[in-house]
Amino acid sequence: MTTIELTMTVNGVSRTAVVHPMTRLLDVLREDLGLTGTKEGCGEGECGACSILMNGRVVNSCLIPAAQAQGATLVTVEGLSESERLSPLQDAFLAHNAAQCGFCTPGMLIAAQDLLNRCPCPDERQVKEGLAGNICRCTGYVKILDAVKTAGGSR
Amino acid sequence: MRSYLPDYDLVSPASLDEALALLAGDPGGYRPIAGGTDLMVVLNAGRLPVAKFLDLSRCGELRGIQETGTHLSLGALTTFTEVRDCRAVHQHFPNLVKSARLTGALAIQNRGTLGGNIVNASPAADTPPSLLAYGAEVELVSERGSRRVAYEAFHLGYKKMDLAPDELLHRIIVPKPSGRTFHFYRKVGTRQAQAISKICLAAFARIEHGVVAEFRVGLGSIAPVPARARNAEAVILGRPVESLPVQEAQRAFLADISPIDDIRSTAHYRGVVARNVLGQMLRELSAMNPQASSG
Repeated sequence: MTTIELTMTVNGVSRTAVVHPMTRLLDVLREDLGLTGTKEGCGEGECGACSILMNGRVVNSCLIPAAQAQGATLVTVEGLSESERLSPLQDAFLAHNAAQCGFCTPGMLIAAQDLLNRCPCPDERQVKEGLAGNICRCTGYVKILDAVKTAGGSR
Repeated sequence: MRSYLPDYDLVSPASLDEALALLAGDPGGYRPIAGGTDLMVVLNAGRLPVAKFLDLSRCGELRGIQETGTHLSLGALTTFTEVRDCRAVHQHFPNLVKSARLTGALAIQNRGTLGGNIVNASPAADTPPSLLAYGAEVELVSERGSRRVAYEAFHLGYKKMDLAPDELLHRIIVPKPSGRTFHFYRKVGTRQAQAISKICLAAFARIEHGVVAEFRVGLGSIAPVPARARNAEAVILGRPVESLPVQEAQRAFLADISPIDDIRSTAHYRGVVARNVLGQMLRELSAMNPQASSG
């Protein structure tokens, strides 16, 4: 089987894995690197559970062949906190009870962080657009929107 | 059922020349892949035919948006996010901005490409109707050379294109409109985000001396290919803006569309809604002040 040696910077650390070039980046993260915070929902780019930041922008890791991540800089949900200290966004999720079953939460956090990086103080419309690619099947959207707006300082 | 990865292969050429040489050496043997937002879905579902993939992501020659006095030229690898963020696209092609913003959500827009949207050849793609309305051309490249094709002639039938097995889509070239112009884009889907369209309609018009001097309508999801509404266009072209024959155009429009029943909608719904959206667009066009000097 064809394999490539894939080297990426993941949450600030250089990581290497030997994988088939068409392996989904999601599977590299979960199975080769043991970063199981990133979830698989639909596997077709619809639900956002597998969202990560790649070179600073939110992407669906289930739709990226490993070869295209060669040399990339990635941030997964594990990279949002600094050691045991949660990020302001994660604190806001806690304060607003923005996680119910929690399965969508890693993707929601990543999409929200992408939004806050581009737009530090988003209004309701911007938060909705920023999270439009993420589905919460518990339908806890109001608390999630509130948490993101709090983290952005707009309420 | 997942695909069995060892059946597949992928090569990542470092330049366009290298990619074209690979294609010339084995025409039809490779499946080009750019952002992966269409192909990886089919691969994950186990429905992608076994293939050798040609990864275009390192071919820098396929990137970038260039502006000249008369045209905008978008590399095939231009992402929807790059389309949304480009000042010249906002200034000259508002329908393209809208169609990029309505393609999937941000995570898709950061990866999906304009070229991929064209050569994936889905009749439901969101940017092709805008490109048709703006009279775009596509530039195709191979080791044999380069050629340009009017985009309206590029789609030959369902998933069939005027694209040889050794060719790649290089750039999309769109003429900049001048004078007093009208732009309209409407996508009807199940919800605001992530929807694949039930119908989509883009229109562009240029008004001269109060008359519709140039008019193109691009359609999505209501024919086997992204298509022009030539019959409806013919009714409107040359008419005074203030008295457009809307109902006559809607009747002629029936010959432009061939909607079908599928998982997203029904032929009946598509036909009715498309006719209504055409009417909405024409009423907006006729509400333009014919005497104003600029748009």
